Amino acid sequence: MTRITPDRVVGIGALVLAVIAPFIVSSYWVGALLTQMLFLGIVAASLIFLSAYGGMISLAQVAVYGIAGFVVGNATTNGNTKGLNLGWNPWWGVIAGIAIAVGVGLLFGALASRSVGIYFLMITLTYSVIANLTFGQVTDVSGFGGISGIPAPGAIGRVEAHQNRLYYVALVAAFLVYLLLRYVARTPFGLTLQGVRDDPIRMASLGYNVNLHRTIAFGFASFVASIGGVLFVWWNGHIDPASIDLGATIDVLVIAVIGGLYRLEGAWVGALFFVIVNNYSQQISFIGPRFHTLIGAIFLLIVLVSPGGLVGLWERALELASGTHKEPSDRTPIEVGPVESHV
Amino acid sequence: MSDVAVDRPPAISNRARSLALRRRVLLVIGWTLLAILVIVPLLWVLFLAPTTGKWATAFGSAVHDPKDFLITVLNGVTAAALYFVVASGFTLIFGLMRVVNMAHGALFLFGGYVALKLQRGMVGEGGSFGLTSAQVNLTHWIIPAIVGTVVVAAMGLAMQQVFLRWNQGQELRQALITIAISIILADQMLAHFGGVAEDIAWPRNIDTFVNLRVQGILYTETRLVILGIALAIGILLWLWLKRTRTGMVIRAGVDDRAMVSALGINIQLTFAIAFAVGSALAGLGGVIGGSFASLAPGLDANWLLYSLVVVIIGGMGSLGGAAIGSLLLGLTSNFSAAYLPSTYTYYSIIFTFMLVAIILAVRPLGLFGRPA
Repeated sequence: MTRITPDRVVGIGALVLAVIAPFIVSSYWVGALLTQMLFLGIVAASLIFLSAYGGMISLAQVAVYGIAGFVVGNATTNGNTKGLNLGWNPWWGVIAGIAIAVGVGLLFGALASRSVGIYFLMITLTYSVIANLTFGQVTDVSGFGGISGIPAPGAIGRVEAHQNRLYYVALVAAFLVYLLLRYVARTPFGLTLQGVRDDPIRMASLGYNVNLHRTIAFGFASFVASIGGVLFVWWNGHIDPASIDLGATIDVLVIAVIGGLYRLEGAWVGALFFVIVNNYSQQISFIGPRFHTLIGAIFLLIVLVSPGGLVGLWERALELASGTHKEPSDRTPIEVGPVESHV
Repeated sequence: MSDVAVDRPPAISNRARSLALRRRVLLVIGWTLLAILVIVPLLWVLFLAPTTGKWATAFGSAVHDPKDFLITVLNGVTAAALYFVVASGFTLIFGLMRVVNMAHGALFLFGGYVALKLQRGMVGEGGSFGLTSAQVNLTHWIIPAIVGTVVVAAMGLAMQQVFLRWNQGQELRQALITIAISIILADQMLAHFGGVAEDIAWPRNIDTFVNLRVQGILYTETRLVILGIALAIGILLWLWLKRTRTGMVIRAGVDDRAMVSALGINIQLTFAIAFAVGSALAGLGGVIGGSFASLAPGLDANWLLYSLVVVIIGGMGSLGGAAIGSLLLGLTSNFSAAYLPSTYTYYSIIFTFMLVAIILAVRPLGLFGRPA
């Protein structure tokens, strides 16, 4: 039943490489680049899930990830920083962070669920900017300077001292998120969601509650994004409003688009590409600090030339190599024209 | 068989009745919530806001302090004027071409910076805080404003011709293209204009106070000038859309693009004009906004947010909607900043979100929006 396909070979190869990475690359790579790649990939995967299976390109994923991060920061720090300094056990912080982020995500989703396409994009962008401004202004929970000294749980220990521990935690989280997203896409809920993506009016007349499906999908994607947010604050030890500003929001969109908006694997492909370009472009003299110009140009190129992103290029290369032309496994979301906006 | 036929109708109508009942209950709950959300803040501002105690506000209620109430109204309306200038360009482009120009905020900032540099070039660098209005006369403001507007119009036009024209109809792709352009623009502006907040100096003739002769209010003249400019732009846009041939084509294009081009009208030319005018409004907004407040990296996000909020509230592509949306946004943000209890004023941004949330819950397409 399980056939050996190029996809599987590459996938398993990548997983094996990821597992043994701490033994073959420097600790800087593991601690700074690969861990960041994993949690950014988780956030981008939540965006790709909504886009590929729900037809909704959301710019609120970073806002949700930030909400989870800020809740963890407020709940688990003790005394010496901004915010509420509740001093809870880090694991309670995680539960509170994810629960609140999912709650906010459900509210966001419910309000945006009657819109699709560019309307959805605009509404979720509004959420994102408002979340950024809110954390910047409300000094009770953060303020401009943000929250510092956020501890990871005891089992992970101090991240600077034990970089591999957080890396493996992030790897397991990313792998489980990937399996979970794939599983959910195959459940009756996931199939209905794809029906809603393709033809909301037909699904509504078949008796499905279109808005409820969209809302729940958004809540579920918020759950995934909030896991990325928790990993981010453990990794960084600090979160401030700039962590979730428009630039950060667009970074995650860029990761998702560069990876490919219609395959979950693209999230981590895009994230790896992003962190490597971010790290090494600084050393090229004529680019230097102008990383965002470079990444913007790459983003523009990808949108214009290969809407399927890097994963789309890989699929096209496979088709050329095998001489077959199959229909794409899914439609490429950014080539889709207008969808009826009102049900 | 006849049994079934007899049984069915009551079963269906029972279900229909329960559904209708549920709907009515939900409607009543919804309207009650809405009424509370509108009436409670109104009562608070007009009668309840105290000046002492735990909930003390800066001014107290409108009955207690009508002067500051009027000033807050004026501040809200004049802020709305600036929102309208920027958002009307956004909504014009969106209404006709279905292009969500995510680079609108970046164009705003660019217009401001062009005018700023030109003004500095004409007058000199000024002191460590830039120029003061005493050093600037009317020409030193108007010429940079015109140049900034024209440069941004040309830039928007180039963007549309090079990147968007051949992707017509692929809305999400166009939105992503404008996002990519805004990333590049914002980064280049950071490189060339630096990260320090700077502002364009108003000319000395208008940087003064006017006595309104109501409650003895001395009000900032520049804010009234902004209101005047916005009214003039609103009227000109309205006349352009209602009275000229191009305007007629644009209105027809908003309703049915395919039909308009099938009638042999050069819709591409109309698109180009609309995009240039929409971008010009972003540039002009940037000049005014840079004089009124300041120019700094990151402000492109704020102004994109204001444009988005205005068109989400007012409905996309509607000029009247943009006016109402700007007013609601301007009044909400100014009143929440002035009338929240003094220790909680930083929560005022939440009210912007609540405004968007309420409108989306009641009318997903905005107050004046129509299905595409």
